[in-house]
Amino acid sequence: MSEIRDDLLKTVDRIFDEHCPKQLRESAEAGEWPLALWQALEEVGVTRAALPETAGGAGIEFEDAMFALRRSAYHGVPLPLAETMLAGRMLAAAGVDVPEGALTVAPVLGDDALSFAQDAVGATVSGTARRVPWGNACVHAMVAGEFEGREVVGLVLTAGAAGPVEKNLAGEPRALLSFDRTPLIAFAELKGARARLMAEGALYRSVQMAGALERILESSLQYANERVQFGRPIAKFQAIQHMLAVLAGHVAAASAAADAAVEASSAAPDEFAVSVAKSRTGEAAGKGAEIAHQVHGAMGYTREHNLHYSTRRLWSWRDEFGNESYWQSRLGRMIASRGADALWPLLTGS
Amino acid sequence: MHEFRFDPVQMPAAAEALRHEVRAFVAAEVASGAFTPSRNSWSSFDADFSRKCGERGYIGMRWPKQYGGHERSALERYVVTEEMLAGGAPVGAHWVADRQSGHQILRYGSERAKRTILPEIAAGRCFFSIGMSEPDSGSDLAAARTRATKVEGGWKITGTKVWTSGAHRTNYLIALARTAPKEEDRHAGMTQFIVDLSHPGVSVRPIYNLYGGHDFNEVVFDEFFVADDMVMGEPGMGWKLVTGELAFERSGPDRFLSTYQLLLESIRAIGPAPDARSASELGRFVAHLATLRRMSTSVAGMLERGAQPAVEAALVKDIGTAFEREIPETFRQLIPTEPTLGEGASYAELLGMTILRAPGFTIRGGTREILRGMIARGLGLR
Repeated sequence: MSEIRDDLLKTVDRIFDEHCPKQLRESAEAGEWPLALWQALEEVGVTRAALPETAGGAGIEFEDAMFALRRSAYHGVPLPLAETMLAGRMLAAAGVDVPEGALTVAPVLGDDALSFAQDAVGATVSGTARRVPWGNACVHAMVAGEFEGREVVGLVLTAGAAGPVEKNLAGEPRALLSFDRTPLIAFAELKGARARLMAEGALYRSVQMAGALERILESSLQYANERVQFGRPIAKFQAIQHMLAVLAGHVAAASAAADAAVEASSAAPDEFAVSVAKSRTGEAAGKGAEIAHQVHGAMGYTREHNLHYSTRRLWSWRDEFGNESYWQSRLGRMIASRGADALWPLLTGS
Repeated sequence: MHEFRFDPVQMPAAAEALRHEVRAFVAAEVASGAFTPSRNSWSSFDADFSRKCGERGYIGMRWPKQYGGHERSALERYVVTEEMLAGGAPVGAHWVADRQSGHQILRYGSERAKRTILPEIAAGRCFFSIGMSEPDSGSDLAAARTRATKVEGGWKITGTKVWTSGAHRTNYLIALARTAPKEEDRHAGMTQFIVDLSHPGVSVRPIYNLYGGHDFNEVVFDEFFVADDMVMGEPGMGWKLVTGELAFERSGPDRFLSTYQLLLESIRAIGPAPDARSASELGRFVAHLATLRRMSTSVAGMLERGAQPAVEAALVKDIGTAFEREIPETFRQLIPTEPTLGEGASYAELLGMTILRAPGFTIRGGTREILRGMIARGLGLR
């Protein structure tokens, strides 16, 4: 691990340990914005970690920013850190100034589209976007769509736009945002903006799933070593050992796939690597959560135990920004159309 | 807790140049009719092909030049290996010697063993088998009953080895034998010997596999003499050597590319415009394959740096062999085919052969259950 990574690890882990206790996760699910935690992250530059220095970033490499995101997922942090990083990186890529504070992105569902127009008041955005993550809690949203035949990203205030708020399985808000000729604070062309939004989102969710998977493996190992049944820790039973070995395989594979995607996406998301990562981490999320719960038995099924903060996130994130099937199909169609002989050069990168 | 890390590996420029050289060589061999990719794997024995590999410097790549090696890096060797497997090249004859036996001889063999055997392996003229398992000792290798007793100038071995792939065609095997009575530490008192299969006192009998193929053998030693300088390391070091050897056996691309030719033929059979289910299943396999390759190259990088990633290697093999076995199970439903006995001349035959070989993938080189036990130990559960 690099020295910068090591420092970052210590810093973010300290913040999460100090500012993200169980009560905070519960109050966040009840709808309270975890202000102190957000401010602590802002202070050390984590919320702007994915931005280039020229756009107000903290001079942190993208890989290290993604590492911080992964740790936040490990700790089950109830904040739109991924969305803020994502919106900032795309706005910066288009040359739009990135505002302070938490940011969200819209639209996140493939069927939703926003329309852009030039009115007397200036450029505006109209339309509805469903299940916008933290759409009711973020002051600004990055919106993406088509404007006069070009793909653009814009910055808009969410005030007055938020409608009914649903929750994902982790209790994180997913809001309906409705815009009706809402003025854009700024906008600029960004080629392939919609596809990039989907791929960036899938990349960040993959990283988050890798972090949450690490946590459920650790929790499962600890529980299996502590829980005594039939006169010995259940970790001593071969059936449990083999389940945990399978879980470790999923965690290791998810981690490797997410890392590979991050490394390939330092400038912009790499379609192939992101498809692989979201497919693989999503599969590991489902299979891994199943094993972790089985190992924890009834204890892990309670609200009291901490396991659900990770598993409910895994069960949510695997379906956001395209589920496994979505990314697998894209991969499959790409391979089929290029033909069998193109597969090996694609895998080896040469 | 053991932290599993699969850090990225930057393939050196030399490795990428080598990749294209090997790819062109394999393509030229296919074009000349020397072999048909879909009929081959790393268990296909083809001495002519091995000699060609030896001439080109693709065997013993990491060994010193003085023993016929080429002083290349672990990553260069990895690239050659994966290109051969992806191209369906019949590398089975030299596979064991190149992957593990030669490496062990280099580390633990006598000067005479290194001088006489390694250059022959590197030239693609000398092949090895593995002499570990016995009729009553499979996963529990320490239960081996084959005994070696000290005699003037060497040892006499008596006992039986089984599942000895290729022993009817290879030149040597490395036999694990008990050289001291069992003590409390049942791993003590074991020794490995280099056995020349052309010498008297050894008999090789075929054990046909479930589809009637002859790969396995039973190898019986009767007072078989092995000279002192064909002992690997010191007497009593056998267990340490065996476990070290298995680490090399576990994390390579041979642990997830055994059914790659079926994957390729399935892509061809599905065609350029797959239906929704075929597209997602195909994409899933590609996602798994890309991830496995990342993990496997990462382990190669760790070996290059002198680390001993035994648990990581076990993880790669456990996930990799499960992946290999899923490929026929999925495509048989996507491309409705009645699998057919044969050599792989049609899709039905390739599918049939793959189904019949598949049970071996999760048994050879340490069963799935043994590997999961190793992983559990790495996780601090044992």
